[in-house]
Amino acid sequence: MTDFKIHHRDGEGVSVIELKGYLDAHTAPDLETAFQKLLTEKKYNVVVNCRDLSYISSAGLGVFMAYVEDIRKNMGDIKLTNMSPKVYNVFDLLGFPILYEIYKDEQEAVSRFKQIKK
Amino acid sequence: METKAKHISKRIVSRTESLVEVRKFVDTAARAFGFSEEDVANIILAVDEACTNIIKHAYHYAVDQEIEISIFPSTRSFEIRIYDNGKAFDPSLIRTPDLKDHIGHKRRGGLGVYLMKRLMDKVEYNFIPGKRNEVRLIKYRSTASTVPGG
Repeated sequence: MTDFKIHHRDGEGVSVIELKGYLDAHTAPDLETAFQKLLTEKKYNVVVNCRDLSYISSAGLGVFMAYVEDIRKNMGDIKLTNMSPKVYNVFDLLGFPILYEIYKDEQEAVSRFKQIKK
Repeated sequence: METKAKHISKRIVSRTESLVEVRKFVDTAARAFGFSEEDVANIILAVDEACTNIIKHAYHYAVDQEIEISIFPSTRSFEIRIYDNGKAFDPSLIRTPDLKDHIGHKRRGGLGVYLMKRLMDKVEYNFIPGKRNEVRLIKYRSTASTVPGG
């Protein structure tokens, strides 16, 4: 069984998704469901905390690509945080840092949303 | 000292659940070969991408087909050969992905093939019509990782 968990928490106008374990072609549909739920609930300010994400393949990266446009159309964004160097390397190989905001720390990303709101 | 060529194989069923087994198999072999943590991670990801492509494109998610992964370590290189009996997949049709193009179009294709090329030293495809398809992934031993653990 693939070890992957998603934990979702809401606070102060920002939804935080925590990813844990292995995000591959088997578990990517779980992340897709989480993003669909956010869109249905009209939660467009999303921080994805990757602190406990051990592994990501292109199937997982594809989910971020598929949903960011819908979220940005609604004046929101997906901001990524707390990546290990190993996980960051995969995002970097595909050019993610050009199109996504990636922060070292979750609080930094949450603060960015608050600054925009002001 | 010569590294003895000893090939090891694993067969899995064409299900995404099997990817975890594939990663463990490759992890053990790449570590035993003496690769650095970074190289081990890159090889694991490349093999995962190759198997994911087979499950999706060669077998179209049929869950009862077979994929064989064979690893051939030699003095200078670590070669993984992956075989399937599904539809031949022509990687030359895959363009280098433009991330901007992918965003919002729910297009996922091409990312895996692109990653495999970036992560490995060599990626080759061989198709034997009516028989089986083969993907070869090769990583050369770098001078920095010739001594296991050193």
